[in-house]
Amino acid sequence: MLNIALVLGFILVSGACFLSLVRLLIGPDLPDRILALDTLYVNSIALLILFGITEGSTLYFESALLIAVMGFVGTLALSKYLLRGDIME
Amino acid sequence: MTLVDFNLPVVVLLPFLGALLATQAARFNRLAAAGTAAVITILALILLLPALPLPFAGQTLIQRWEWVPSLGLEFAFRLDGLGLLFALLILVIGLLVIIYARYYLSPQDSMGRFFAFLLSFMGSMLGIVLSENLIQLVIFWELTSLSSFLLISYWYTRSDARQGARMALTITGMGGLALFGGVLILGHIVGSFNLTEVLAASSLIHASPWYTPMLVLILLGAFTKSAQFPFHFWLPHAMAAPTPVSAYLHSATMVKAGIFLLVRLFPVLSGTPEWHWLVGTAGMLTLLLGAFTALFKHDIKGLLAYSTISHLGLITLLLGIGSPLAVVAALFHIINHATFKASLFMVAGIVDHETGTRDMRRVNGLMKYMPQVGILAIIASAAMAGVPLLNGFLSKEMFFDQTVSVSAISPLAWVIPVLATLAGVFSVAYSARFVHDIFFNGEPINLPKKPHEPPLYMKIPVGLLVLACIAVGVFPVYTIAGVLYVAIAGALQTTPPEYSLALWHGFSAPLLMSFIALVVGLIVYLIRKPLFAWYDRGLSQWDARIVYQALVNGLIHWAQSVTRRLDRGTFRNMLIWFFGVTLLAGVVGFWDEALLGTRELMPVDGITAMAIAGLILSSLLTVLKHRSRLISLVMLGVVGLVVSLGFAKFSAPDLALTQLSVEIVTVVLLMLALYFLPQYTHMLSSHKRHYQDIAWAMGLGFSAALLTLAVLTRDLQSISGYFLAHSKTGGGGTNVVNVILVDFRGFDTLGEIVVLALAGLGIVALLQGIKLYAPKRNAEGVPWSQESHPLILQVQARILFPMMLMVAIFIFLRGHNLPGGGFIAGLIAALAIVLQNLANGIVWTAARIRWDMHSVLAAGIGIATFTGLGAMLMHYPFLTSTFTYLKWPIVGKFEIASAMGFDTGVFLVVVGATVMILVQLGRLNYIETEDTGDLQPAKGSTP
Repeated sequence: MLNIALVLGFILVSGACFLSLVRLLIGPDLPDRILALDTLYVNSIALLILFGITEGSTLYFESALLIAVMGFVGTLALSKYLLRGDIME
Repeated sequence: MTLVDFNLPVVVLLPFLGALLATQAARFNRLAAAGTAAVITILALILLLPALPLPFAGQTLIQRWEWVPSLGLEFAFRLDGLGLLFALLILVIGLLVIIYARYYLSPQDSMGRFFAFLLSFMGSMLGIVLSENLIQLVIFWELTSLSSFLLISYWYTRSDARQGARMALTITGMGGLALFGGVLILGHIVGSFNLTEVLAASSLIHASPWYTPMLVLILLGAFTKSAQFPFHFWLPHAMAAPTPVSAYLHSATMVKAGIFLLVRLFPVLSGTPEWHWLVGTAGMLTLLLGAFTALFKHDIKGLLAYSTISHLGLITLLLGIGSPLAVVAALFHIINHATFKASLFMVAGIVDHETGTRDMRRVNGLMKYMPQVGILAIIASAAMAGVPLLNGFLSKEMFFDQTVSVSAISPLAWVIPVLATLAGVFSVAYSARFVHDIFFNGEPINLPKKPHEPPLYMKIPVGLLVLACIAVGVFPVYTIAGVLYVAIAGALQTTPPEYSLALWHGFSAPLLMSFIALVVGLIVYLIRKPLFAWYDRGLSQWDARIVYQALVNGLIHWAQSVTRRLDRGTFRNMLIWFFGVTLLAGVVGFWDEALLGTRELMPVDGITAMAIAGLILSSLLTVLKHRSRLISLVMLGVVGLVVSLGFAKFSAPDLALTQLSVEIVTVVLLMLALYFLPQYTHMLSSHKRHYQDIAWAMGLGFSAALLTLAVLTRDLQSISGYFLAHSKTGGGGTNVVNVILVDFRGFDTLGEIVVLALAGLGIVALLQGIKLYAPKRNAEGVPWSQESHPLILQVQARILFPMMLMVAIFIFLRGHNLPGGGFIAGLIAALAIVLQNLANGIVWTAARIRWDMHSVLAAGIGIATFTGLGAMLMHYPFLTSTFTYLKWPIVGKFEIASAMGFDTGVFLVVVGATVMILVQLGRLNYIETEDTGDLQPAKGSTP
């Protein structure tokens, strides 16, 4: 059962990654691309956790955790740039 | 342990300490610097005293400590008769020069700087003469060149001083390099760099096929230092130094270093035709050239400089003759020359000081104004000319005697005593000129100052030296004989030959030569007027300096043309050269070897394939979109993410964590910088060039991929096995990466965090006060939003702060056993702080996180260093780590390693440097402009 769920999960998350990548490539606007990058980060968390479950290892958890706590800062910096230009005032 | 077990290094190093003290003393009182220098010199003399009886008892005192035994380096000192003679000369004349300089320097001159340089010179010179290890000797040799450079350029506002200093450093520096090469060969022949072994290996050295190159290299070192032809020309230009320096370095001591070296190595180098020809010829040419040119110099110090060159040539010639008696004469003349020449330089300084000029065409008739100085000068000049009853006469007689005895060896050798007499003639003539032109010869002409007697303490050093000239000249046996005897024994390394210091040897050839020199010399001086005219017409343009400058300029032009040909000043050009050569090396290396190894490739799964496709695609787009920088940056974000995931997948969790943290910090950094940069770049190069560059890039990328594949398909034995085996037992942690960082390679990490801290400080310093232009509108021309800190962002960021710190602490603590550690934790914590700056503003954050990041940096380096030093307290090498197990309630048993302290240091440095750099960038002042997008620093833009 778990195996089927994992396979399904992988397919769905990879699909999401693929779509984000497409959005990232075609744009058309900067906010689209930034959002696509952020979605890619979120999907990476899912990928890592799924992979960890498949391998039965907890080693991947920290990478996922790190993306979770830090990944958004990049998005934030990009967005703040779009908003104000100067990201640190 | 008595004083004679360790006093020599103390004597050598004391002046260096004194140099530091002198600069500090000069802050309170400029005269205190002179006092410090004098006290240090006397102290050094006193410390040397207990060792004095040893050379007289025929013993050689050697004090040695291990330094780098694997390289044959010892910290070793040696005192025998030769070293003793030179050490005494250096210290005694040094003391007199210090007293003299105290009154010579004017109130505008910095005494602290002068005496600090002088003392460091004294220490370096003592180091040369008291070294047992030859490499150590070379190091001190270089130090004398450096301190001489600093002393010549003491009045650094004068261009002649700077030029003279540069020239002296170039020539003696080149010589030092040659000497180093020679010494390395010598050490290689003998198998030891210690003088004791080297001096005992005479036959081995003579038989070696390396003898001639070694001799030439060592002679280059000695000749450049001792101003021998054709390297003599730096010495007259070094006369731009203050006169006490000329008296000390450029007549009494430093220029004798080359001769000291020749004497030191005399027992093992001499006795071959190469030695006789090279040393003898250089000595003879220098002797003649110096004596001849000295007569025609109108500058007092110029005359003395060429006279010094000529006397150095005389000593070198004696060493070239190479008989034991010639060495006796050489050593005797070294002492005598040091005394009379130092005193004459001091007289020159007095004249300069009291009249304001050194031109002998204007300085005349000073006997009336300063009779005491005049008398001292007359005696010293007479010693220089070789007048009987003065020390110069005795050694010059010995010299003439040696030239006569050598004239018997071949039919052409009769020319040697003749040329020696000729040099003697000029020597008498310029001595006469020195006395007559300065102190008699009518009235002074148009002097800037009215001359009068100098202060008493300027005359005392001169008086003492002149007294020595007379004492040695009249009672040689009771004054100098003892020191001279042990010095000769030290130089020859055997019992000295029979020699006599008597004043009267009966009517003999040397006496006749002295007589001819005196009489003809005076005649030459009398007919000087036409001689001067003749010299000025033709010979005055002949100057080795011109050749030197042509050589230097030629070298610079050649270097420039080569550089121009290779380096067109563009980054592209440099890359093509670099990668072209790399590519060539790769092709040549793999020409007849299979590129790929035998290991099987791993199977590809769907997700990995997709990730790789995404990686390639986003890399490609990063390049294609590089002209609109923001899009390019977003693409780069994908590249970073996929690479991190790749690290995670292929079992490098530490790398994955690091890559992720670095990735995010980099995005913030680039966004900070992008604000001040144009958002779009114009097309900068032609299409043709683009295709070329694409070809290059693809070729190189392909090669790099092939090489990676070549490595990956081979079985290779790496050092990782060792670390895996020892990580837990030796470093107390199961995370090998972290144990390597904080334990096995802790010293590297310490260096790296210091570099990181310095880079951070450097960036902050560079950004200080900088003003940049920033656009008022975005790329589409829309004005920026008015809302500087959106509320949702503020609140979210504040809530996240403690969580991020918690993750940082978690990653830090588990680092020793599981992926993590100080570096990653530092980046997370730094990002937590940076996030607050982004969301809430710099002012808000600074009011709440009050730590000064400079202090955090300092604390980090401090903690890391002290953790390392802690190991030394327990008599382990620096940074040895230890660990133990603790048992706490609730937590249970856990292990604690001292490396944790070190990792804390790493953590703090990373936090400090990252936050400091990013916040400093965010804090930059800027001037808003209307320009958007493609932005140039617009000065006159419309508002």
